[in-house]
Amino acid sequence: MLPGLFILLACQLVGETIVRALGLPLPGPVLGIILLVSFLAVRQRITGQDSASDATHLGHAADGLLRYLGLLFVPAGVGIVQSFGLVTANGPALIGALVLSTLLTLVVTVAVFRLVARRSKS
Amino acid sequence: MKPASLFDLWVYLAASPLLWLTVTIGTYLIALQLARLSRFNPLVNPVLIAILVVALLLILTHTDYRVYFAGAQFVHFLLGPATVALGVPLYRNRELVRRAALPIAASLLAGAPTAMLSAVWLARWFGAPHDLTLALAPKSVTAGIAMGIASQIGADPTLTAVFVITTGIIGAVAVTPLMNLLKIRDFAARGFAAGLASHGIGTARAFQVNDVAGAFAGLAMALNGLLSALLAPLVAQLLQ
Repeated sequence: MLPGLFILLACQLVGETIVRALGLPLPGPVLGIILLVSFLAVRQRITGQDSASDATHLGHAADGLLRYLGLLFVPAGVGIVQSFGLVTANGPALIGALVLSTLLTLVVTVAVFRLVARRSKS
Repeated sequence: MKPASLFDLWVYLAASPLLWLTVTIGTYLIALQLARLSRFNPLVNPVLIAILVVALLLILTHTDYRVYFAGAQFVHFLLGPATVALGVPLYRNRELVRRAALPIAASLLAGAPTAMLSAVWLARWFGAPHDLTLALAPKSVTAGIAMGIASQIGADPTLTAVFVITTGIIGAVAVTPLMNLLKIRDFAARGFAAGLASHGIGTARAFQVNDVAGAFAGLAMALNGLLSALLAPLVAQLLQ
């Protein structure tokens, strides 16, 4: 598992470094995802083995972290105590916007997916 | 060593990272147990429960958020590598992407900007102030990336974290009744919408319904994180 964790940290480190060095408008870990997927594709092409399968170091490390992904949001989420008053004062507007926007996003996404899937089949 | 008084003990514990790190993990484990007891009803969300309980503890003990974060930062730090780890399921599902490349690309390009722009415009229309509404933009994106986007566009990442989790719960509760109402039986499409609109919480819900839906939801979560991060500077300009 440790070599897997190392690969994840290394991808994030390179991602953060490139983002900062070039001033890219992108979170470092996002570039890290792109680097990781490219690394896996190149490695499979060269060695012929799939380093992302769940039996590998990387597979173990990734599954372990993603299994408790929810826990990792808690420290940031608790930051709500700093703006609790502001959020509750605007509660109805925020909840209304979140509910309607989420429903709209679900409908738009599923409609476009179905439309294009039907078109590309026929 | 002579025994410390209860007050001295609290002074030591309250300032040490050990206390709040342990409280964070312990609260989450209890919240997870509650979710299990409810048979993973999306309304009983362990992340939201843990956040509310820890926040309440901080208020009751008059603990400053910075003191709390000194302990909790060890958990928070793992969010970076965990976000990178999303590349692993993405790579595992590459066959799925290849087979449905066209509908995936089209619905992603339509859904990602819809999620960001509609939330901010609706909240403004309902009269919420500017510093709150901007933090809504990445609300459909998985929290690790969403907080990165929030910092990029000048919004408060802790507000975004709470909006992200609330959105996840709304999507997880709404997706099945909504899709049944729309008479959509394609589980790839249903799952993709769930993951795009409500990230990991929607993905967890999709996996309960159907394995294909779950795989497409995880895919949508990762791809929407990537695309939203790329679109965020444009969106921020539109929202100025």
